[in-house]
Amino acid sequence: MTIVFWILAALTVSGGLATVLLKNTVHCALAVTGAFAGLALMFLQLDAQFAGFAQILVYIGAVAILVVFAILLTRGSETPKGGIFSHTWLAGLCLAAAVFAVLGWAVLSSQHALPLEAGSPVVSVMDIGNALMSRYVLPLEIVALLLTAAMIGAVIVAMHEKGDLK
Amino acid sequence: MVTTLDQIFVALKLWIVGLLPAALQPTAGVLLSVVAIIATFPALFAIAVLLERKGLGRMQNRIGPNRVGPLGILQPVADGLKSLTKEDIVPFSADAAVHFMAPVVLVVVVFMGFAVLPMGRNMTLVHMDSALLFYFAMGACTELSIFMAGWASRNKYSLLGAMRAVAQMISYEVPMLMSSVTVVMITGSLSLDKIVEAQNHYTWGLPHWYIFTPWGLAAFLMFAIAATAETNRSPFDLPEGESELVAGYFTEYSGFKFAEFFLGEYVGMLSISGLGTTLFLGGWSAPLEILGFMPSWFWFFSKIMMGICVFIWLRGTLPRLRQDQLMNFAWKFVLPMTLLNVFVVGLWRFLGEGWMRWVGCSAILLLAYVTVGRAEMNRKHYGPRSYRYAE
Amino acid sequence: MLGEGILKGLGETAKNFAGSFVSKERMTTVEYPEERLPLPEASRNFPFLVYDGGDWEAGLRCVACQICEKECPPKCIYIDKSKDKKPDHVGKLQIYPAKFDIDISVCMSCQICVEVCPFEAIKMDSEYELATEDRFGGLLLDRHQLAKSNEYYHKIHPTEAAEVDARLAEEKVKADAKAKAAAAAPKPAAIPAAAAPRSAESIPAAPAAPPKEGEAS
Repeated sequence: MTIVFWILAALTVSGGLATVLLKNTVHCALAVTGAFAGLALMFLQLDAQFAGFAQILVYIGAVAILVVFAILLTRGSETPKGGIFSHTWLAGLCLAAAVFAVLGWAVLSSQHALPLEAGSPVVSVMDIGNALMSRYVLPLEIVALLLTAAMIGAVIVAMHEKGDLK
Repeated sequence: MVTTLDQIFVALKLWIVGLLPAALQPTAGVLLSVVAIIATFPALFAIAVLLERKGLGRMQNRIGPNRVGPLGILQPVADGLKSLTKEDIVPFSADAAVHFMAPVVLVVVVFMGFAVLPMGRNMTLVHMDSALLFYFAMGACTELSIFMAGWASRNKYSLLGAMRAVAQMISYEVPMLMSSVTVVMITGSLSLDKIVEAQNHYTWGLPHWYIFTPWGLAAFLMFAIAATAETNRSPFDLPEGESELVAGYFTEYSGFKFAEFFLGEYVGMLSISGLGTTLFLGGWSAPLEILGFMPSWFWFFSKIMMGICVFIWLRGTLPRLRQDQLMNFAWKFVLPMTLLNVFVVGLWRFLGEGWMRWVGCSAILLLAYVTVGRAEMNRKHYGPRSYRYAE
Repeated sequence: MLGEGILKGLGETAKNFAGSFVSKERMTTVEYPEERLPLPEASRNFPFLVYDGGDWEAGLRCVACQICEKECPPKCIYIDKSKDKKPDHVGKLQIYPAKFDIDISVCMSCQICVEVCPFEAIKMDSEYELATEDRFGGLLLDRHQLAKSNEYYHKIHPTEAAEVDARLAEEKVKADAKAKAAAAAPKPAAIPAAAAPRSAESIPAAPAAPPKEGEAS
């Protein structure tokens, strides 16, 4: 629990809070990008280089851009008239607290299953590659299929619009 | 050949760090390298700007700027002074915080990319296992800053330019990644140091640079196209074309913020040239074995400047591509060719040494290129012209 | 093949780049203000007043007839007549302009003043470096600034100036011959015989003019 961890934790949590509390939707999107960056830095602090850089590349480089495009291409960039907080905020808070409790219990109880190590294990990219190709090849192929389906769907949606013009 | 001239910067840094107490030494070492990078690359930026203006001028049969200093070499100084002293105008309804952060984010992210480039023997700032991934992660963040710039200006044309720029950068990121993947496949590591080391061998005096292999040449060409598109450079500069959208996403920026964008763009060019030379042109290794006596950093920087000259040459020659032409090109031509290239690299690896793999791989790539090229060119894109007259 | 056009284009630009250092025909840049492009002969910018001889005040051809002032479409000419008279190129006593101002910020270079001037006194100049820092009076050219010599006129518009000179000389010769005939005719019979001798003089004056002009020019 070094000072770097606290700084990164503060960055991530404040990014998350800002995402839900800010009025301007695009500011919220940029705040969530800040939260992603905080997460990536935490991965890097734990020496998980591949995970950290992949987080930046995928989340900040693609997901954040997607979120921002979605906000802009719809009319979400205007502040909503009815205020940004929903009426059922208490139920939402309870639900979120319940999920957090379950996740926390799962993480803390798993510490007994794994041996306590002094240093962090070094996982090189080659190890990740080997694992993806041998042990996790089925999930890899399923994810690839999912992405292909998404791309084909996007192309079909776009093509129909062109068909209408003709 | 490891001579003192080659390691002069490393030796200098070690000497300076040695003067400090032991507790401060690691921090001081890192800080010194960072300061060196921050000092060198803006100087190279000034040279690049000057080269561009004079070079473009000569290509267009005119002299470039020649009033400031002998032959105009002090022109970047004049440009810098002008940017610094211009009034900083922020539009009234613009989002001031985001408007301010966008150029800052761009410059920060672009300079971060230099941390992993091997600029000479033992001259990498950070030795990382997944250095290439770090570089691409930083490249992905530049898109965000461009979007921020376009949106914060509260200007429809800026927004349009920013959207186009982001769409273009995302489309060309995939071919860039796939062409780099071919290099990674052959080297077996994401670390840029190892990639340069793998190219630093010589056969009959000629180097083992990846550009001299059929798949390497194809990958280099596609990397160059994707790099030109990533940095929003002609012929892919629709988002920032002066005759298209005023200045695109940086219309509302003036004075120093515009200079920061300009700096970010050119330093991004230098950075991507650096990556291209590291991946395909052997980084800091000399072209011929006998020329190995010259310092490694000299070769790296001259290769980067050659890359800049090629960028300038392309800018002076080619007309601008329209947005749909550029996207079509990315998704329908460059991406399939990169995928084919990945397949060819696999073939290269498993055919083993010998003349057969050269012939086979070159044949496949050439066939694909010629067939697809011919198909694209013969396809009639223009229907019969129809006119509608006002009644 | 795909990409051939790009390579040809790259070759062309490379040729331009290399050629611009060696051949003069490629590099057509004129480095203003050290070098200037020569202006074509018929170029015109703003008017100027022609004077003959050395003294600009005495040789000014303008007689303040104010035709150009009236014909000028944007009304940029302002003329003040003088109180006394001085002889013009044919010897007749004429008034001259005490003030002749042209506002070149208004002038539209239409050349109407040149076309209507019966005395060939105002012509078009081709001087274009007239920028001044004085916003209020700097672009109002007065008589002294407008007066330029006939030699200058020959320098900028040689063909036109030669024609104008020929015309003026012809007129001068005609006027001289008329004056001589008027002096030679008898004084008392001048009035009744004025009509007959004049018509009789004008015919011999015309064929006599070419040989006279021949010796005059």
